[in-house]
Amino acid sequence: MNPECLAELQNVSKRYGSVLALDGTDLQVRPGELLAVLGPNGAGKSTAIALLLGLQQPDTGRAQLLGMSPLLLEARRGVGVMMQEVALSPELRVREQIELVASYYPDPLSPDDAMRMTRTTPLGARPYGRLSGGQKRQVQFAMAVVGRPKLLFLDEPTVGLDLPAREMMWAMLHELVRNGASIVLTTHYLEEAESLADRVVVLAKGRVIASGTVPEIRAVVGHKRVVCSTSLSADVIVSWPGVLSVRRERERLQITASNAEAVIKRLAVADPDFQDIEVRGAGLAEAFTELTQETSQELTKEMAS
Amino acid sequence: MNATFLPAGNDLIRSATMSGARLRLAYLTETKFECLRALRAPAFAIPFLLLPLVLYVLFGVLLAGSMSHGDAAIARIMFVNWSVFGIMGPGMFGFGMFVATERGQGLLTLKRALPMPPAAYLLSKMVMAMLFSAIVMVTLVLAGAVLGHPGFSASQYIGIALLDMLGSLPFCAVGLFIGTLASAKSAPAFANLAYLPFMHFGGLFYPLPKSVQPIEFLSPAFYLDKLGLRLVGTASLDQLASGATGPSSHVSLVLCVAVLAGITLLFTGLSIRRLARVG
Repeated sequence: MNPECLAELQNVSKRYGSVLALDGTDLQVRPGELLAVLGPNGAGKSTAIALLLGLQQPDTGRAQLLGMSPLLLEARRGVGVMMQEVALSPELRVREQIELVASYYPDPLSPDDAMRMTRTTPLGARPYGRLSGGQKRQVQFAMAVVGRPKLLFLDEPTVGLDLPAREMMWAMLHELVRNGASIVLTTHYLEEAESLADRVVVLAKGRVIASGTVPEIRAVVGHKRVVCSTSLSADVIVSWPGVLSVRRERERLQITASNAEAVIKRLAVADPDFQDIEVRGAGLAEAFTELTQETSQELTKEMAS
Repeated sequence: MNATFLPAGNDLIRSATMSGARLRLAYLTETKFECLRALRAPAFAIPFLLLPLVLYVLFGVLLAGSMSHGDAAIARIMFVNWSVFGIMGPGMFGFGMFVATERGQGLLTLKRALPMPPAAYLLSKMVMAMLFSAIVMVTLVLAGAVLGHPGFSASQYIGIALLDMLGSLPFCAVGLFIGTLASAKSAPAFANLAYLPFMHFGGLFYPLPKSVQPIEFLSPAFYLDKLGLRLVGTASLDQLASGATGPSSHVSLVLCVAVLAGITLLFTGLSIRRLARVG
């Protein structure tokens, strides 16, 4: 275990029936960072968070939270949580929900301060059951920060938020990190990870397939997309070294390659009349899609062999 | 970055140890809001607060009174029996429905992830069920004194009220067990599957035929009822039907207390084990 880490999964596996949700996963949350955990549905993101929060026990490997077992109340007193699918008591008012969560912590913000900070003050007296989906997320966010936690777990925090509310939450997250908090964020919104995260971990099929800063993830993938009009067939190009996939896009071919320059040289030799060439760097979205696709292809091959 | 998000004089991160006073506050706050939200849920509060009063007045006072021509023994039995009925609902349904819903809708998971003291979850619901029992008992005592005339002294009323508030615990435990097993949708049905037989086999409303009387021993309501009748020195409906008039004596005090405590411990234990394992 690394004593520097606020939370850590060490070689953790977790199986639900026939599904291996996590497969030898290592995950570290370092002080003061915003870590984005990306991955398609079923990648193991929620399981990883459940293990870090002590909601589940690993089958093998170890989980630690603030240097302790996640099962200890003491560990969780330093942690704020926002979950994806949770229905709070509809009869309680917003301020009461926040007051209740505040009571679990040793030295929380006052409910009024937490509401002011998260811009939920106007909702304070409303019964929770009468709020819109977006308003509920904002209240849950207030509940996550009210305990003044060192570490925040936010599972898809901005789903269902309108643009101003999302921007408010992003600004809040920056503010929290600037104040020394660490945040673990799972998200489907790649732009969210790109604009917020210090570090990204990509999970697929229960494995960490990439981790690093946003530019690092892009570099690891290093894929570029070459689009051009050519008389060559896709079948020919796909056999070239460095070419990962070729797709026909109307008149043009879309070539994904790890060494775009070499592909272009070869293209110029094989078809001097090629036209309309365009080279695009892969954004996090592409990087992410390809990383997860590759993994599933690899796994399919593994299973076939 | 925009610093106006920070409330004046507050920093966003604090490490502190939980003081005893803060821990007590966590228990109190949990309990306060558990009671508040139950009182504010009309589908829960209205039936369980009003029904015992309405049914006691209708069946225990008016109907039983006219059928027995104002027999004082019947009036006493009716009060004790309907009191038992009154405290069964909040315990069984309060735990059964709320726990099942909170399990199904993620609230229990969130609370397990938050630093909620685990015992606060069950204790707050227990206090809520006892508060509902206390309110029910106040309405029944008032109705008894004004309309039912069971002829109890103030201390007998208080004794029955306290006994039944404590007596709601085994029903809480059974409800909790149902709540840990059933889904939010099926919990009311399962709770009824236990509630109705407990009530009818407990010998609360009518004397059971001798041939089926042993079934009474399966209902916790039967034991609580026996304790209540013993407290006010009255025979049960069954005994009255078979000609006895003296106080209930064929089931010992120790047995009643042991069974009720046993049910409470057994089902609470099974439920805690299941909640810890499955959530």
